[in-house]
Amino acid sequence: MIYVENKDLVIPGQVLADDEYYSGRGTFKENGKVCSSLLGRVSLRNKKIRVIPLKSKYVPKKGDVVIGKINDVRFSMWDVDINSPYSGILPAFEVFGREKKELNKVYDVGDVLFLRVVDVDEIKKAKLGLKGRGMGKFKGGIIVDIAPTKVPRLIGKKGSMINMIKDKTNCKIVVGQNGLVWVKGDEDMEQLTKSVIHLIEAEAHTSGLTNKIKNKLYLAIDGEIPPEEVPEEEEEFVLEKPKLQNFKEELEQEEREAEENKKEKEEKPNIAEVIEEFKRKNKKDNTLSYGDNSNNSFILNNK
Amino acid sequence: MMSEMIRDDGRKFNELRPIKIEAGVLERADGSAYLEVGGNKILVAVYGPRESYIRRLLEPNTGVIRCRYNMAPFSVDDRKRPGPDRRSSEISKITADALRPALMLENYPRSMIDIYIEVIEAEGGTRCAGITAASVALVDAGIPMKDIVVGCAAGKVNDEIVLDLSEKEDKEGQADVPIAIMPRTGEITLLQSDGNLTEEEFAKAIDLAMEGCLEVSKLQKEALMKKYSIE
Amino acid sequence: MDIVPEITRQSITNLVMNDKREDGRELNEYRDISIETNVISKAEGSARVKIGGTQVIVGIKPQLGSPFPDTPELGVLMTNCEMLPMADPNFEPGPPSDDSIELARVVDRGIRESELVELDKLCVEEGKHVWMLFIDLHIIDNCGNLFDACELAVMAALKSTKLPVATIVDDEVVLSEDETFDLPINNELALCTFVKIGDKMVLDPTLDEERVASARLNVGVTKDGRICSMQKGGSQPLNKEELLSAVNVAVSKTKELIEHL
Repeated sequence: MIYVENKDLVIPGQVLADDEYYSGRGTFKENGKVCSSLLGRVSLRNKKIRVIPLKSKYVPKKGDVVIGKINDVRFSMWDVDINSPYSGILPAFEVFGREKKELNKVYDVGDVLFLRVVDVDEIKKAKLGLKGRGMGKFKGGIIVDIAPTKVPRLIGKKGSMINMIKDKTNCKIVVGQNGLVWVKGDEDMEQLTKSVIHLIEAEAHTSGLTNKIKNKLYLAIDGEIPPEEVPEEEEEFVLEKPKLQNFKEELEQEEREAEENKKEKEEKPNIAEVIEEFKRKNKKDNTLSYGDNSNNSFILNNK
Repeated sequence: MMSEMIRDDGRKFNELRPIKIEAGVLERADGSAYLEVGGNKILVAVYGPRESYIRRLLEPNTGVIRCRYNMAPFSVDDRKRPGPDRRSSEISKITADALRPALMLENYPRSMIDIYIEVIEAEGGTRCAGITAASVALVDAGIPMKDIVVGCAAGKVNDEIVLDLSEKEDKEGQADVPIAIMPRTGEITLLQSDGNLTEEEFAKAIDLAMEGCLEVSKLQKEALMKKYSIE
Repeated sequence: MDIVPEITRQSITNLVMNDKREDGRELNEYRDISIETNVISKAEGSARVKIGGTQVIVGIKPQLGSPFPDTPELGVLMTNCEMLPMADPNFEPGPPSDDSIELARVVDRGIRESELVELDKLCVEEGKHVWMLFIDLHIIDNCGNLFDACELAVMAALKSTKLPVATIVDDEVVLSEDETFDLPINNELALCTFVKIGDKMVLDPTLDEERVASARLNVGVTKDGRICSMQKGGSQPLNKEELLSAVNVAVSKTKELIEHL
């Protein structure tokens, strides 16, 4: 017996189903009942019930890409605020190997970086690194802060939402899995992008959102709404894993590339390229479904 | 015979004062709630899970909560001096104890959740109202929980067991029994008793308070659904 | 401690240099303002004020007390402010911080120096019994510019304050059960707060604007255009031109603010 439907809004303690259903993330089993532990929406796949939270703090996970702020410069590492109950550290050797440099000449307090979580220790402190295309310090632009659980909706199915925004506003956008988003473009476009990102965050659960956002952008930029509607994929998106990239594969590839490009190390790649790269990979790897428990989920994988 | 009795404010023995609950009322807090019951006005903000610099309070295997119940100086008839006193410290402690059994914080070891309960106006029963509002604020903050704890009091006034004592009834009454429960299982997470009761009266008071809790629980859920359901 | 990201500092500064702001306002424009009075029935005067996302509640409680020896015929005002930890993740529980005391004192100064509360009418018996008004500010949501929100709240609450009629019977003060009188107020006042970003003065700063600002200026102006309180804050200096232009804006904005009361 099941008491809820897919995408239903549920609250902590609510009984979702009887014993024959499996308790997935965001749920627990008690006295033969599957109950929700979160405020969120039900995701039902076969006999497995999950609850996708509406809000949740970012907990660092190996392989994630995050946006962080340098909070302190120490002797051999930087302290990094990654918008999480757990802070990150960026060890100096992750940045310039065994070479001796003055750390604050490289990254100083207040700098914002695109980083990868290299490892998470037993007290959840995140060891960060810069191995990967586009990793490093952001120059210019703005930071937009959203609930980490809304990141998949911002990206959209196969990047449909984020790509539409980028195309229309001509802004570069980098999304960290910790809910921070970097936007750079024309000053007014940055602010417009920020406002639509917040709109997406607020209305992530509503249907027809991609078209709504598209219309809003066209109206703001061209003064008129485009005639054709993009086919809406609202049925899946809330529960969809973002099709950003396969982190493992990418990590390995980047390590290989890093080896090859060691001499050109100083030359920093364009962040926009990273996004393009993501896009390209997404097209290849878009068969992941929500129930899939592989290693490249933003919010669902709790390993 | 009890159902015939009409109370000072016109309520029946098992009738709650009018209640209003709203979720997500503050911008900065991670979660928040506002609750009015009778003349009580309670505002709760939740921050966390977040890092804490008070290392000794943290635990290696789970997140911890800290609660601060505070009364505004203008919340009572005679101005209250700002800052904590013995009463508010005790309520802070038992409120944290009442909420803790419902929390599932294993995924947030060494983190801290702060719950700030502000009594903007007090009219009897602020501790239960604070717990009820704090639970809604915790849900609003996205904190994983087994259940939404809810509080309500019963007591003895004019030799009758009645639900949800007003300030006047509390002052003039013979006993006050505030409780909090996890409504799905009926487990009791807060119990105080202040005054004189027989064994039968106590049993009756608990039953009545639990009924009251279940009523209030519905309103907590409605408030959350109203805030977050699709328009 | 909360460090402002360098790129946030740059982007806000760049916007302001082009006379723009993150929320689309003009440099001299307030966010939406709402004022409600009589929000607390147990307080003799109260108000809740919102400026954008910033939210404060104030309650006024009177008590009979002895006057100060040098002003035996005047009532007493006392302003206290609690920056509640609920309002901002960086506010700590505990006794009022320096910021909180400064805020209370700046708000108080405007009320006091404008002499808009007729303190002589708060005297019950000269040298013995006067009304003391406790003005308690509760900051519940901090999204920038607490100063102006607090001053508006206090002003609105004072205007809504009713005190019980007190008489002396056989050398003792007797309070009337049902008879009240309106707190005598003869003027209105508002505070305009500016921050300096780049080389511009910005009115009604948001939290981020406050965090990147180099200096702050509060200007308290009465309805009839008297400047009755000012305070400069922040770590960097201001020059004379900046002060004068801000004062000029404040004098005209005060009228707009007072309309909300």
